[in-house]
Amino acid sequence: MIEARGLVKRYGPTIAVDNLSFDVQPGTVTGFLGPNGAGKSTTMRMILGLDRPDAGTVRIGGKDFRDMRWPLREVGALLEAKAFHPGRSARSHLTALAASNAIGRQRVDDVLEITGMEKAASRRAGKFSLGMSQRLGIAAALLGDPQVLLLDEPVNGLDPEGIRWIRNLLKALAAQGRTVLISSHLISEVAQTADQLIVIGQGRLLAQTTVAELSSRGQSLEEAFFGLTEGSTEYSASSIAYHGSL
Amino acid sequence: MSTATLTRGTTRTAGRYGFRNVAEMEWLKLRSVRSTAWIMLIFAAGMIGVAILGLGHVDWSSMTKADRAGFDPTNDGFAGLAIGQLAFGVLGALVITSEFGSGMIRATFAAVPRRGLLLAAKAAVLGAVTLAAGEVLAFASWAIGEAVLRSPAPHAALSQPGVLRAVLMAGAYPALIALIALGLGAVIRHTAGAISAVVGILFVLPLILLPLGTSIQNSVGKFLPMIISENSLTAVKPVADSLSPGAGFGVLCAYAAAALVIGGVVLSRRDA
Repeated sequence: MIEARGLVKRYGPTIAVDNLSFDVQPGTVTGFLGPNGAGKSTTMRMILGLDRPDAGTVRIGGKDFRDMRWPLREVGALLEAKAFHPGRSARSHLTALAASNAIGRQRVDDVLEITGMEKAASRRAGKFSLGMSQRLGIAAALLGDPQVLLLDEPVNGLDPEGIRWIRNLLKALAAQGRTVLISSHLISEVAQTADQLIVIGQGRLLAQTTVAELSSRGQSLEEAFFGLTEGSTEYSASSIAYHGSL
Repeated sequence: MSTATLTRGTTRTAGRYGFRNVAEMEWLKLRSVRSTAWIMLIFAAGMIGVAILGLGHVDWSSMTKADRAGFDPTNDGFAGLAIGQLAFGVLGALVITSEFGSGMIRATFAAVPRRGLLLAAKAAVLGAVTLAAGEVLAFASWAIGEAVLRSPAPHAALSQPGVLRAVLMAGAYPALIALIALGLGAVIRHTAGAISAVVGILFVLPLILLPLGTSIQNSVGKFLPMIISENSLTAVKPVADSLSPGAGFGVLCAYAAAALVIGGVVLSRRDA
């Protein structure tokens, strides 16, 4: 369970997140949607305590992330695909992270197996494709067998087989009663995995709804999504004036 | 994918992650990148190579009376610290700036949200590794330097007053520079910027003092790390206008402590 209340984050004069409140429930996959620049990544960073909100609070299971007793065992996160030293092997990367939360070597082998990385485990991570990097990031998120998972754009760089794998993995994790939050700017992608939706634009909450409810609004899910986010895209093609002849 | 392997009963409610866990992570990180081994190699080559170059070419018969009076076989053998301090300064900076450069720092903070604890663990592991390597190389380069020094030039022995202290402090000095660099790296975050700052403090500040006249050089210069190393820590024959070995060592420890405290505060306050 993640509870965000009145989150505000400013970067200079720009408001990245503007009085944002939402709940993420356990036992289901929640999609975190919005156009590029909507504030999804900033919000996820605030949930993890990486960025300090200018106002508001966010709690995970009733606690501030910074106060967690075993952070990796409580929350698993994938924030960017290449959050590792390029010269370190996948196994060394995971073993080091695991040590910080007293997680045994056996679990490192397990997450390498879950993510299909056994054969690449001793290769230098800097040589990995984006898809392999993504799998390593997911392996790190799973290390502590956490009850809460936060994944920023998890399908990024995965091939079709990898996308199907991550969808099934996330659904299975949610079915075990875990809280799973995945961000994306593609409604069609999220709809394949998530049941619950949090839609934001320009840092504000546009809707907290379900895939089923949203798809019943318009002719298609995408139409309904565009209806929601209209007017809140940062880079809108239609906002460039077109004066007839070129 | 089998869901059975998803849960392995790693759930643990007792206790809390602490310094030992985080230090173990930092030890695993430090030894699993090649740059650590390369820097150790450069450090060893610099310490021993320069000791051989410096003392192997001492020609006692052609030295003036003043040169002979100032000759300090221990101190002159530690000219390699000029390279050694830079090598460990780079290592200290990299311990944190490589994490900011790659994005690893966010994975680290997601595992260890208490950033002050993280920096303390990094400092402890870095300090222990560089101190151990520094002492080994200080004794090795001192012994090799004395071996290549030809008689009738006077030789130093560990039993002579001040010699053992000078060798021990020569080994501790690059470790203190590594800790100062770690603190700077926590503030600056960029590898190139942090290494530039280390080079600036070690090599550029003494040059800036040169045109300011001897009185300023003598009063300010004795507080600069490299001058402390040359004139206070490794000197067996006292050098005029310099801090005593104990005072110089204390000043360097204070620099390292200040750099780490400021680094810890900045690391905790700024967004990652």
